[in-house]
Amino acid sequence: MKLRREKAFNETTFLLTITITLFFAMYIAGMIVFKNNGFARLQVFLNLFISNASLIVIAAGMTVVMITGGIDISVGSFVAMSCMMLAHMMERSGYGAIHSVLIVLLTGIVFGFVQGYLVSYLKIQPFIVTLAGMFFARGMTAIISQDMISIKNPMFLSWATHKIYLPFGGYTNRKGVLVIPYIYPTVIIALIALVVIWALLRYTKFGRRIYAIGGSETSALLMGLNVRRTRLFAYILDGFLCAIGGILFCLNTCSGFVEQAKGLEMEAIAGAVIGGTLLTGGVGNVFGSLFGVLIKGTIETFITFQGTLSSWWTRITIAALLAFFIILQSLLASSKLKKRR
Amino acid sequence: MEEHQHVVLTMRGICKSFPGVKALQDVDFTLRTGEIHALMGENGAGKSTLIKVLTGVYELDKGEIRLEGIDHPIVNRSPEEAQSKGISTVYQEVNLCPNLSVAENIYIGREPKKFGRIDWKTMNRLGAELLKSLDIDVDVTVPLGHYSIALQQMVAIARAVDMSAKVLILDEPTSSLDELEVEKLFTVMRKLKGQGVGIIFVTHFLEQVYEVCDRITVLRNGQLVGEYPVAQLPRLQLVAKMMGKDFDDLASIKSLRKHTPAEDVVISTERLGHSGTIKPFDLQIQKGQVVGLAGLLGSGRSELARCIYGTDRPDSGKLHVDGREFAASHPIDSMHAGMAYLPEDRKNEGIIADLSVRENIMIALQAKRGVFKLLSRKEQEEFTDKYIDLLQIKTSDRDAPVKSLSGGNQQKVILGRWLLTEPDFFILDEPTRGIDVGTKTEIQKLVLQLADQGTSVMFISSEIDEMLRTCDKMEVLRDGAKVAELDGDRMSQESIMASIAGGER
Amino acid sequence: MNEKLKRITHYRLFLPLICLALVLLVNMIKTPTFFHLSIKNGVLYGYTVDVVNRASELVILAVGMTLVVASSAGTDISVGAVMAVAGAVCCYILSGGAVSVNEYHAPWILGLLAALVAGTVCGAWNGFLVSRMKIQPMVATLILFTAGRGIAQLITKGQITYIRVESFKLLGANIPGIPLPTPIFIAIIVVLITSIVLKKTALGLYIEAVGINPTASRNVGIKSKQIIFFTYTFCGLLAGIAGMIATSRIYSADANNIGLNMELDAILAVALGGNSLGGGKFSISGSVIGAYTIQALTTTLYAMGVSADQIPVYKAIVVVIIVTLQSEEFNRYMRKFSARFAARKAEVAK
Repeated sequence: MKLRREKAFNETTFLLTITITLFFAMYIAGMIVFKNNGFARLQVFLNLFISNASLIVIAAGMTVVMITGGIDISVGSFVAMSCMMLAHMMERSGYGAIHSVLIVLLTGIVFGFVQGYLVSYLKIQPFIVTLAGMFFARGMTAIISQDMISIKNPMFLSWATHKIYLPFGGYTNRKGVLVIPYIYPTVIIALIALVVIWALLRYTKFGRRIYAIGGSETSALLMGLNVRRTRLFAYILDGFLCAIGGILFCLNTCSGFVEQAKGLEMEAIAGAVIGGTLLTGGVGNVFGSLFGVLIKGTIETFITFQGTLSSWWTRITIAALLAFFIILQSLLASSKLKKRR
Repeated sequence: MEEHQHVVLTMRGICKSFPGVKALQDVDFTLRTGEIHALMGENGAGKSTLIKVLTGVYELDKGEIRLEGIDHPIVNRSPEEAQSKGISTVYQEVNLCPNLSVAENIYIGREPKKFGRIDWKTMNRLGAELLKSLDIDVDVTVPLGHYSIALQQMVAIARAVDMSAKVLILDEPTSSLDELEVEKLFTVMRKLKGQGVGIIFVTHFLEQVYEVCDRITVLRNGQLVGEYPVAQLPRLQLVAKMMGKDFDDLASIKSLRKHTPAEDVVISTERLGHSGTIKPFDLQIQKGQVVGLAGLLGSGRSELARCIYGTDRPDSGKLHVDGREFAASHPIDSMHAGMAYLPEDRKNEGIIADLSVRENIMIALQAKRGVFKLLSRKEQEEFTDKYIDLLQIKTSDRDAPVKSLSGGNQQKVILGRWLLTEPDFFILDEPTRGIDVGTKTEIQKLVLQLADQGTSVMFISSEIDEMLRTCDKMEVLRDGAKVAELDGDRMSQESIMASIAGGER
Repeated sequence: MNEKLKRITHYRLFLPLICLALVLLVNMIKTPTFFHLSIKNGVLYGYTVDVVNRASELVILAVGMTLVVASSAGTDISVGAVMAVAGAVCCYILSGGAVSVNEYHAPWILGLLAALVAGTVCGAWNGFLVSRMKIQPMVATLILFTAGRGIAQLITKGQITYIRVESFKLLGANIPGIPLPTPIFIAIIVVLITSIVLKKTALGLYIEAVGINPTASRNVGIKSKQIIFFTYTFCGLLAGIAGMIATSRIYSADANNIGLNMELDAILAVALGGNSLGGGKFSISGSVIGAYTIQALTTTLYAMGVSADQIPVYKAIVVVIIVTLQSEEFNRYMRKFSARFAARKAEVAK
């Protein structure tokens, strides 16, 4: 008996296609509009990764949590707290750079554990838990230090300023200087993290369980999967990735201050949603989130090149894109429901 | 074929109680290999409890379960444990993950691995092969949610069978399938039967039982009525056993109606239907008439009622109220047209748990009056007291939260709520379920009173006696469609059950 | 005795009143002059006046948030941003687009109306997403949370717009001749009008019914979607009012700081007021008490040397404690624990 293969309208592919197309369309538009200002240079493209390395990792963590059907709005504050911790430990407490980094990674795991426990075992809404987490972390940042601390630790600074030059793309500019495109180690770390998380989600039982509990928690339970533990570990993983993101962020700014990374969580969520992660859970792809982040980066670059528009336009455009994708997801969901009936 | 079959599962003397209710009393059940065995019973019969005891969702109080190949009685403490012993269940609401691929749904939790990572290629190949063995040929890499419920169910069956091949329980699998899909399901079931799997088929669809099953076990009120080979049990007898009627003891029950209903037709439907739940039906209800809906559980009675009231938006046909065409976009429209609806599912669709008795009673009338004309506290108290008295509602005081009342009293509160709106047409879906005998009689009397005053009533009940005593005519439903209309002399227990049973036998 | 105790602890407003009493007690200990009042030039001064005054915006937001939580079990996290938008719109109208003016460019009443309309429109947008598009409330309000301040910045062209007109400050300060600051009165009026409307019409009942059981509510003729839409729109309107007060206090539209972090405070006030974040029955007075408690708590923390940036830590801890106490799982665990404890005691007693 052959069952007619239903024309599978795969929303994952559909949404991902829209995202990637959008990115390339925007980037190419930028190259056309600003062709005289150097938008088409390879370094501009690489800068997307350099400026957003930390966001890429954080968006990956956000994706994992969102696939389970949850959310984490504490990431921005946690990043600020990580930076402040690093700065304080290295400058005021005399810890070494490696030591400080390890402590921050551990903090990420603990933070993720606490939030995960509240969500998974006490069944409190993820939004409320991470909202409290957001305020907790932000306040902690201020408790550690009200003033800005600049990092002078030589090892840390060496990591932060070490340029990795690409073996291609070099050219001589108008002034006769050899310009070679470069990236920082942060970019490598971000990309490695991305690949590791992708492999985890695709090739490990843990990763597949994350998709299962996002798709249908009751089914997952009935299939004998340990839902609570999986969800807890998803938040722990998210915490760990946020810690990495915080460290990468700090390598970028080399300082800690209270107002840092404000709004980062929104950028991460937007990156994930624009990248095709469904808010209702069960569907998501870290490479899609990468493109979501790159789109945000492109918009920012656009505005920088434009020069006169306020930076708030980035926020507004992202919010508008976010609204568009949220509504699109909602429409897709209701049309699927209508079909089923 | 009978000689090759041997017993794979026996359940003996199973007892299970919950606070206040004996769900199963001394029930036996036997399943043979290569047999499709129907488990049937009306509401509260104990079907789902028996299954849950078998699969480890509940712990049994008394009795023993034995499985082929295991010397001692088995105890399942969880569905996973039951599965490891060879007992799997496929539920009505396909419990798989729609976002994962077909192959993945089959193998999740036991994915084939290579070098420590999941081997997708092998998983997809194995999945396709497994489905092919059941004559199903689909792309297993596509997310499950893209396929119809029918196919999803078969994937669930494939998973269950692959994990354990002894006992397969199908819990109401055909409720959301169309005729073609049901045929495909039966083909798969026959294939599995040929492979020696014992199948327990829990269903309320009479026709399907006679089409595909070998034996039937009937439960009623938590007790075993009997186990019968399908070939030896005529439909009428099956229906009689399910409803607790001894076939030879069908004394006639007379209607207590004193007045005859007026001529004017209040409600009339013309091929009104809701796809997936109730096939298009024609129905006329006169002023002051009491119409009963008879049929087995799942035959579509509630769905018919919901179609008229507007809770389910009908997608075919027309409805006429007082001669004029009427379509409700929201229940408030039906309420303004004079309708009232007491739902079957009191807990989820009836009571507003945290609100007080007083608030629950006055709320429908309030909705009719509109948001600005709030009933005065005095009026609310008067109304509440009136119905507490009239219906004998046992409550500590009128401001107690309605969730603190017993089920029966909650039912009375909802009854009072709708009586307060003085409807012209009152739909009562199982109004006497969970109510003591004394009040059952009161409610029947109430229905007669309402009819005498000119209110039309639609009365749905699993007890034919109740309906016979109060109704002017009976609409009979079977398997989601109206099949007969009986009134006057033709309305008797025997004829009603014969209509429900249908078929040639 | 036990019966009476039970009755007191089960009284709806028990939790919020106890919390308030506790905070006031701590305040009194820390600041002996806490309840001291003095009159100078016909104006009342004192710590308590300060607390009640500064809590006004929060009280107003808490009222709106209570209804949103009650009807939809969701929270509106855009209220702070909506305050900023409302303030920006008002100042734009009154300044005619300039950065700083010394006299009104348009009648004050127009500015006020514009602010209220802006707030209402924002609320309606949220309401539309939640009730019609069936988007989770947190996510739906996330959009304005992200974009709101940006929009406010755009309206004020990235600058803080100052309205240096004496009469403008009246909404945020004392009207000559009246001993108490105006915000206190506005808050009281908002609470009174809302409570009266909810009690005198069936609206309060409908909101509770929809929050408890939307299906049953629909069956009895209540239009759940409309009710939910209304609560979000109303919440937006109230955020607009709060935004007006905040703007008047500093006679300027500071898009970055107006209403900053007030979302958590509003949610906290609702939870502290004994309202379940899962929707259903609600108590406006509970949320109001909760709002004043939070303000008093903030004052306490300031007195203890905690800076404004650090306060959120303590609020976060309080939120987690309250939500944990409210959670089903926790209560189930407690019941099992106390049952086991009672059984153990009974065994020992034997």
